[in-house]
Amino acid sequence: MTELWEGLVTAVKLIISLDPEVMEIAGRSLAISATSSAIAALICLPLGAVISFNNFPGKRTLINIVQTLFSLPTVAVGLFVFVLFSSAGPVGGLGIIFTPTVMVIGQVILISPIMLGLTISALSGVDKAITDTAISLGASGFQMAVTVLREARFAVLAGLIMGFGRAISEVGLSMMVGGNIRGFTRTITTAISLETSKGDLELSLALGIILIALALVINLALNRIQQR
Amino acid sequence: MKRNIVVSILAGLIVIGLLAGMVGCAPTAPPSEAQYPLHDPLVRFRIATTTSLYDTGLWYHLEPIFEELANVEMDIIYAGTGIALEYGRRGDVDAIIVHDRAREDEFIEEGYGINRRNFAYNFFLIAGPDSDPAGIMGSTATEAFEKIYDGGINDPDTVKFVSRGDDSGTHAKEKLIWSQAGFDYEEVRNSGKWYVEAGKGMGPTLLMADEMQSYVLADISTFLAYNLKSGLGIAPVVEEDPIFLNVYAAIAINPERYPKTKIDIANKLINWLISPEVQGIIGTYGEAEYGRSLFFPIAGCDMPGCPPVEDYTLPVPEYTAE
Repeated sequence: MTELWEGLVTAVKLIISLDPEVMEIAGRSLAISATSSAIAALICLPLGAVISFNNFPGKRTLINIVQTLFSLPTVAVGLFVFVLFSSAGPVGGLGIIFTPTVMVIGQVILISPIMLGLTISALSGVDKAITDTAISLGASGFQMAVTVLREARFAVLAGLIMGFGRAISEVGLSMMVGGNIRGFTRTITTAISLETSKGDLELSLALGIILIALALVINLALNRIQQR
Repeated sequence: MKRNIVVSILAGLIVIGLLAGMVGCAPTAPPSEAQYPLHDPLVRFRIATTTSLYDTGLWYHLEPIFEELANVEMDIIYAGTGIALEYGRRGDVDAIIVHDRAREDEFIEEGYGINRRNFAYNFFLIAGPDSDPAGIMGSTATEAFEKIYDGGINDPDTVKFVSRGDDSGTHAKEKLIWSQAGFDYEEVRNSGKWYVEAGKGMGPTLLMADEMQSYVLADISTFLAYNLKSGLGIAPVVEEDPIFLNVYAAIAINPERYPKTKIDIANKLINWLISPEVQGIIGTYGEAEYGRSLFFPIAGCDMPGCPPVEDYTLPVPEYTAE
């Protein structure tokens, strides 16, 4: 129990003192996960709209596959990306293994199914009457999409937040493809893993608390935007 | 009003995008510069190192000195010997620091590694509960393993052994001791619930052994470092057996296999590690914190099992491509 308390105290101290190493790690975690979330959102929002608004054979199967991929294990994605981008791998020539770039690529693969699947279900949840009305009022396909997206904004944003949450909280992938290099690819989760293995449980707990605090701030900010 | 909402969603995306913009500058952001000065021109030199040299903080100590010396940005990946060798085989690192002579030899014979030099050593130990349920106090390493095996088979609730189970150098040493004691390792690991495979690094394995009040094979440096931080409820029971000798080696990745690896810097690192300067650092590292040094400079290694002298006195030659 003392560890939990000490962890909390350490966390508060590290946050108040703006400890440079902790701030750097937290900033990197945020930057990498935000980048991968932004890229995944740019892919998944339009793609989700296209899949949702069109009927085609195999649509149900496609959605089932996407939903299955929600449970992609982070270490499996990590292994796949590692084998792909390792120097001996098919695109090893890029030389980006153990860099933040390859971590972003991995996270995009990891969270895209969630963002895509939740976008599709958000858009499908919109009352059919709204699309019908929009079409009867002479809306173009794009205008209709915008109308539906507007109606489904809460659910869509929830999907984006889910994706971001998965990106910032995963450890297996970041560890495997990033290598947890100090000052370069170390994130909050890989730092927790390392500090735990070094026996520094208080610092680990403190970093965990900082991660949750960070997620809270992001969620509050997005909710504010959403409610305006 | 409703239009605002679409704008808001877009604004949200833009915010995410702006945060994203940070990623480019994150590694060079001012706080990181203060902490780890980047070198110009920025050359990244990457090594994979066995966990004990990292857990004990030795690399934290050595890293800035070598970065200054070689004018490089050193990327250190924390990996057990098994995975470090795999990174080496794949050409993902420029040099590796490992401690398993048999697999090192294999690695070099396969043509992946060159210029191996030993630079430090210390010892393993068997730690266990104070009550010593298997009665191994005063035994040799192989006798102790026999007693733990017998105890574990007869009374698996009180006599347990936690193994790294992760193909690390420590795990290799454990297998070696089992075989020297006349056991077939596969048989041991399948012989009952007394034998626990952690599949973790040294630190977490020690914590598990502590929680389970079991025996464990550990390198002395991680044991001391972890004991100081977490106050382990297990203590060294068997030490000082020649088989416990644990020799660390640095190996450069063969540039003929992977021409992109930075052989010149790797050679520089290896020669620096065996230089009197670093040997001196290694000999005293940890004395202030732990009351004894965690590693010994290889130059003083004179017992059976120590590497031949040229393995640490002879600087590696400069690499010239053919």
